[in-house]
Amino acid sequence: MSAGPRTPFDNKVVEWFDSRLPIFSMMQKEYGVFPTPRNFNYFWNFGAIAIFMLVTMILSGITLAMHYAANTGLAFNSVERIMRDVNYGWLLRYIHMNGASFFFIAVYTHIFRGLYYGSYKQPRELLWIFGVVIFLLMMATAFMGYVLPWGQMSYWGATVITNFFTAFPVVGESIQTLLIGGFSVDNPTLNRFFALHYLLPFVIVAVVFLHVWALHMTGSNNPSGVEPKTKDDTLPFHPYYTMKDSFGILVFVMVYCVFVFFMPNALGHPDNYIPANPMVTPAHIVPEWYFLPFYAILRAVTVDIGIPFTDITLITAKLGGVLLMFGSIAILVVLPWLDSHPVRSARYRPKFKLFLLLFVLDVLVLGKMGGMKPDVSLFHITENIVFTTTHLSQIATFYYFAFFIVVLPILSRVEKALPLPASIHESVLKCKTSCEGNV
Amino acid sequence: MAAGAMAAVGTGSVVWPFVHQMNPAADTLALSTTEVDLSAVEVGQSVTVMWRGKPVFIRHRTEKEIQDSKDVDVASLRDKQTDADRAKIPEWLIVIGVCTHLGCVPLGQKQGDERGEYDGWFCPCHGSVYDTSGRIRKGPAPTNLEIPTYTFLSDTLVRIG
Amino acid sequence: MKKVVLTAVSVLALSAPVFGSMAHASEGGGEPLPNVQWSFEGPFGTYDKASLQRGLLVYRQVCSACHSLNRVAFRNLTALGYSADQVKAIASEYTVVDGPNDEGDMFERAGRPSDYFKSPFANDQAATFANGGALPPDLSLITKARTGGADYVFGILTGFSTPPSDIRILDGQYYNKHMTGNVIKMAPPLMAGAVTYEDGYPQTVEQYAKDVSTFLTWAAEPEMEQRKQMGFKVLLFLGVFASLMYAVKRKIWSKVH
Repeated sequence: MSAGPRTPFDNKVVEWFDSRLPIFSMMQKEYGVFPTPRNFNYFWNFGAIAIFMLVTMILSGITLAMHYAANTGLAFNSVERIMRDVNYGWLLRYIHMNGASFFFIAVYTHIFRGLYYGSYKQPRELLWIFGVVIFLLMMATAFMGYVLPWGQMSYWGATVITNFFTAFPVVGESIQTLLIGGFSVDNPTLNRFFALHYLLPFVIVAVVFLHVWALHMTGSNNPSGVEPKTKDDTLPFHPYYTMKDSFGILVFVMVYCVFVFFMPNALGHPDNYIPANPMVTPAHIVPEWYFLPFYAILRAVTVDIGIPFTDITLITAKLGGVLLMFGSIAILVVLPWLDSHPVRSARYRPKFKLFLLLFVLDVLVLGKMGGMKPDVSLFHITENIVFTTTHLSQIATFYYFAFFIVVLPILSRVEKALPLPASIHESVLKCKTSCEGNV
Repeated sequence: MAAGAMAAVGTGSVVWPFVHQMNPAADTLALSTTEVDLSAVEVGQSVTVMWRGKPVFIRHRTEKEIQDSKDVDVASLRDKQTDADRAKIPEWLIVIGVCTHLGCVPLGQKQGDERGEYDGWFCPCHGSVYDTSGRIRKGPAPTNLEIPTYTFLSDTLVRIG
Repeated sequence: MKKVVLTAVSVLALSAPVFGSMAHASEGGGEPLPNVQWSFEGPFGTYDKASLQRGLLVYRQVCSACHSLNRVAFRNLTALGYSADQVKAIASEYTVVDGPNDEGDMFERAGRPSDYFKSPFANDQAATFANGGALPPDLSLITKARTGGADYVFGILTGFSTPPSDIRILDGQYYNKHMTGNVIKMAPPLMAGAVTYEDGYPQTVEQYAKDVSTFLTWAAEPEMEQRKQMGFKVLLFLGVFASLMYAVKRKIWSKVH
C-alpha cells in the first residue's frame, strides 16, 4: 500500500507498470520476501485454504447464477435443469453445494487454530474481530444460499430462521415482515435472498482484504506464541509458505473431491429434493450441519425468564434462545479481553489446553443435539426422571458460555504457564531433538 | 446547524424508499385479509377458504357440538384451552386447517369425511384427532389447530386477517 | 500439532458410539430398511442396463398409473441402452397436448424424444382427489428425496403385509412395515406376474421392486456414472500433483532444517 522507495524491476513492462502503480512492489513485499515465522505447522494452511474456498464458491456461484431463476415457480426446476441438462451443471452445483460445507470446515479449523495458539491476543485483536465479521457474513450468505433451491428444507429453514425476529418485543413482527416482504416466506423473500446471496460474498472479499491487511501489519502468530525477534526466526513467505500452502490446499481439495464426486449429498438433507410446499411441514426441520451447534443453543432455552413470584415475563423462552444464539457469536468479539493471560500458545498453558479441548467437545455435542429432536430421551436417571437431549443441550450451552465468561478470566489470573522458549529459533531447534519431524 | 438538519432530512427521505421497498408490496397486501360471506352455510356445515396461502376451516356448529366442546375437562387436554378461548361466537368455529403435527390438511370438512372419535377433524397422515373445538385429543400433534385473527363485520360476514 | 490432532481424534472416537446410538433413537416408526445389494453402489458401481430397461417397463405399466416422472424426457432413455430409433418409438406411444395452433386451438400429437413423461393427472389437486386425499409424489427425485434412497423404494414396495391386530387401518389405507407410522395410502402396487419380462428374469414382486428402484435411482441421478468416472481421474491427478508438490516443498524446506 505504501508509496515508499521502490527497487526498480529488470523487466521493462513490469517496471513501466510498477512505476505508475506499485502493485508488483507490493506483491514482492507482502508475498515474496514477507518475513514469516519459520515454525508454522499445518494448521497454518487453513487461512490459505479458506481463501481458496472463497474463490471456488464465487466462481462456481457466478456460473450457477447464469442458469438459476430466482422465482418460486421456477427455482426448483431451474436447479434440476442445471443438474440434468446444463453442460457440467451437476459438477458446478455439487462443487458449490459441498463447497459451502468445506468452506466452513476450513474456517472452523482456522478459528480453532486461532483459539489454540492464542492468535486473538494483543496486538492481533482487530485482526480477530475482522475474522468474526467474516464468520457472521459467511453464516448469512450460507443461510440465504440454502434457501435458493426452494426445496422443503429451504422453505421451512427460511420460515424458522426469519421467525427468530418475531421473538423481539414490539418491533419483532415488523422486522420479520420487512425481511421476508410478506406474511409468509414467498417469492419476494426468494428474490431478495438471491440478490443478497450474490452480493455478500463480495463484501466477504472486502473484509478478507482488511483481515489480511491487519495480518500484515502485525505479522503472523506462530505455534510457540513467541514473537519473532531475529532474522533466524523467520523465513521469506515465498517460496517456503507458498509451496507449503499449495501442498495443503491440494490435500484439502482431494478430500473435498471425494465428497463432490462420490457422496455429493452426504452432507445435505433428502427433504431438499422435495419442492417447497407451504402446506406440508417436514417431520424434522434441521439447518445445515455447520449451524447445528447454534441451533442447539437456540433451543436450549425452554423457560421464560421473569420477575420471581409474579406473572411478569421479562424474556420469553423464544427471545432468550435467540439472544443466547446471537450472543454465542458476539462473545467471540470480546474474547481478546476475556482471556488476558500473557502467554498465547496452549502448548505452554496445560490448563487452558484442557478446557479448550473440552470446549471443542462441547461444541460437537451441541452440534449433535442440534441435529436431534428436542426432548428425546437419552437415558433414565431414575425410574421417573429422564435425561433428554434438551437437558444435554442446556448443560452444553452452559459450558459454552462458562468457558468464555468464567473459565478464561479465572485462568488468566491463576494459571502458571510452562517456561517459554527464548525464541522461535530455539523452539525449532529444541523440537528437532525431542519431537521428530514436527515443523 | 440548519444545513446539517437539511442533510439529515434529505438522507432520511432518500433512505426510506430504499428500506420500505422491502415491505410487502401492494399485491401481497391485497391478499392479507379475506372477507367471507357465511349466510349460505347451514348449521352443521363447513366451508374451507384460502387465506395467506393456507386453508381456513369455518364450521357452523350445532348445539350439540358447542355443548360437547364446552363440557370437556380442560385440565385433561394436551393443549389446555377452553372453548370460549377458541370461538368468539360459539356458533362459528374458525381454525387454520393445517395439522400442527406435520402440516397435513385434516379431513372432516366434507359430508362423509372421517371426522375421528370426537366428531371434529381427523388427520389422515398420522392419525391426529381434533374435537369440535379444533383441539388436539389423540395422536401425535402437539397443539390445537391454530386460530387466525378474525372479526365479524356483521352476523354473517367475517373478515379473516 | 500431532498431539492436538491425536487428542481430537481420540475424543471423537470415544464419543462416536454414544452419538451413534443416539442417532438411531431419533428415528421414528417403521422397521429398518432392507439392505439390498445394488449394482450402482460404491465408488465403482454402475447401472445395470438390463435392470434399468426392466425397471422402465415396470414404471410404465404399473407406477405411471398414479405417479408422474416429470423431470425425465424420452431423449434421456438412450442412457438405458436404447437406440435413438427405439427412443423415438417409445415416445410416439404417448400422445402429447401441444399448441395453440394457428387457429388458437390446442391439439394432440404423438410424443417426440424431446417431450417429457406425461403426468397421469392434470394437476396436484386432481391427483390428490383421485387418490383419496393423498398425493402420489413425483418419482423423478424420489431416491434422493428419501432417507435410504433405493433401499427405501424397495422397502416400501415389498413392505406390505397384513397389519398386526393392535393397529387400526381405515378403509383405503394399507399396512406397510417400512412406512413411517406403518400406514400408507398406496395400495400394494406390485403383483407377481403382472409385468411380463422378455429376458427370462423372475417375474416376482422382489425382482420388480429391485428393477424399478434401479430405474428410479437412475432417474434421480442420471449423471452418476459420469460423475464417478470423472472423480477417479480428478483424484488421480490431484494425488500425483500433491505428491509432486510435497517433494518440491520438502526440497525447499531441506535448506532450513
